[in-house]
Amino acid sequence: MSPIAVSASNAIGNAASADVGAPVRIAVRDLNFYYGDFCSLKNISMDFFDRQVTALIGPSGCGKSTLLRTFNRIYSLYPEQRAEGQILLDGQNVLSPSVDVNELRARVGMVFQKPTPFPMSIYDNIAFGIRLYEKLPKGELDGRVEEALRKAALWDEVKDKLRQSGMGLSGGQQQRLCIARTIAQHPEVILLDEPTSALDPISTGKIEELIEQLRSEFTIVIVTHNMQQAARISQFTAFMYLGELVEFGPTTKMFMNPSKKQTQDYITGRFG
Amino acid sequence: MVALSQERLASRKNGSVRRSSQPGFDRVFRIASLGSALLVLLVLAGIIGAMIYGGWPAFREFGFGFITSSVWNVNEDQYGAWVAIVGTLSTAVIALAIGVPLSLGIAIFLTQFCPPWLKRPVATVIELLAAVPSIIYGMWGLFVFAPLFAKYVQVPVSSVVEGMPIVGTILYARTPSGVGVLTAGIILSFMIIPFIASIARDILDQIPSVLRESAYGIGCTTWEVVRNVLLPQAGVSIIGAIMLGLGRALGETMAVTFVIGNANRLSGSIFDPGSTIASRIANEFNEAIGLQLNALMALGCILFLVTFVVLVLARLLIARVRTA
Repeated sequence: MSPIAVSASNAIGNAASADVGAPVRIAVRDLNFYYGDFCSLKNISMDFFDRQVTALIGPSGCGKSTLLRTFNRIYSLYPEQRAEGQILLDGQNVLSPSVDVNELRARVGMVFQKPTPFPMSIYDNIAFGIRLYEKLPKGELDGRVEEALRKAALWDEVKDKLRQSGMGLSGGQQQRLCIARTIAQHPEVILLDEPTSALDPISTGKIEELIEQLRSEFTIVIVTHNMQQAARISQFTAFMYLGELVEFGPTTKMFMNPSKKQTQDYITGRFG
Repeated sequence: MVALSQERLASRKNGSVRRSSQPGFDRVFRIASLGSALLVLLVLAGIIGAMIYGGWPAFREFGFGFITSSVWNVNEDQYGAWVAIVGTLSTAVIALAIGVPLSLGIAIFLTQFCPPWLKRPVATVIELLAAVPSIIYGMWGLFVFAPLFAKYVQVPVSSVVEGMPIVGTILYARTPSGVGVLTAGIILSFMIIPFIASIARDILDQIPSVLRESAYGIGCTTWEVVRNVLLPQAGVSIIGAIMLGLGRALGETMAVTFVIGNANRLSGSIFDPGSTIASRIANEFNEAIGLQLNALMALGCILFLVTFVVLVLARLLIARVRTA
């Protein structure tokens, strides 16, 4: 076994084991995705379980970020990109044209690779997203902002400077601010697109702890390049390669006893 | 290895031989380029000096009253800049009021909504607008725009607002000829649109797409993304772009001289003819002698000062965010 595989399998003990009986939250059926003429996802079908962390892993360009970006239809900002098939969120096909994308994006929150605080105060960074969909009295709004910041483990660091700009925080704090902004809207699903790739190890550790805590309330899908991270924080792992889903299963099984040779090769560091 | 370093040594030797054949050239080159740069500074200083020297008698004669007096009487040799200053500022403000929303609209369309195949043509046309000589704007404004403006805007609006308080003064044309302060402001707005629009587009383009995506990601509509995230992010550099447009509007001469009507009196109506500092100078410079010439020079000083300050501020504001 290579060192990566060893440390990855050591890490598995840290995460709670997969709850195979959990209800399905997102069901992907025969999903194909195109950038212009290029087909970058091929017949993907898989389930994402309620209040479980599912990690998408695979080499660069395998389509894991693309898959994530279909869940809130953020890809539709770019006219040359399109998805075919079905993504059922609680039974409703989010790809259907009748779905209101803005409302969908409030239900399916997303956190990006780089921290993206909005050019406004820390308080408004959180309150802005809430105000879009709910008219709350001031006191209640304050409560929601505090709740979100507490859940994102940021409250103690920013409670005295809520009126200062969000741009003044450190990278790790900014990323937790973005997570707070997402959970403040009470989404059902949180999508994390390599949320720690721009952060130092300490900030990464905090975000990972946070994900572990958020799992009790939200269904989480995380794209990561870091296999130890997938092993540490996820209950399910999907390995993708060249736009295809190679293998999907409980994280423990994926790392200890993968059924496909390709998966074995990737997680032991033989390619990718 | 040895062969290689020998080769290098040889080439270096050759180089030094070639260089030493014209040892002074680099120095000459450096001095020549320094000279070119200094020449520009020298010309600028010369212009400022000549303007102040030429305008000084007028400043001495009328004192501070030169700025606040609205009398401009060539026969009695009495000169005051107030009418021209008001005309300059009001045409510039009108130009910004019309031009800024349109420019931002163009920039937002180009960066957020425009299908890729349409981007290039629209951007090119906007830039072509900047290449139209100002005399063409002036001619078009006087011969085409002003008559239409008189017939379809000034006459009907005047008959509606006549007798009303405030608007009855501001929007009433005593002689609906089509030329006037508002006409000049409208023509100026067309002239500043390409500057503001193309800089604002560049600024919006530089905002990382991930910020835009994350704003859409919390469920914002396009309007909310632009209004609450992109424009505040672009912030002061948009203001810089606007000030660059303002600088152009303040100093524009030819087009304004054509369409402003060149009246020397102060009027409360933006439909009435007026004059700007630049148009006043362009109109009278040919026949000016003595104190009148000094007064025109003094007007030039004021304009120079104002546009200089505006442009410096604009550059500072744009540069601040570009480097950040």
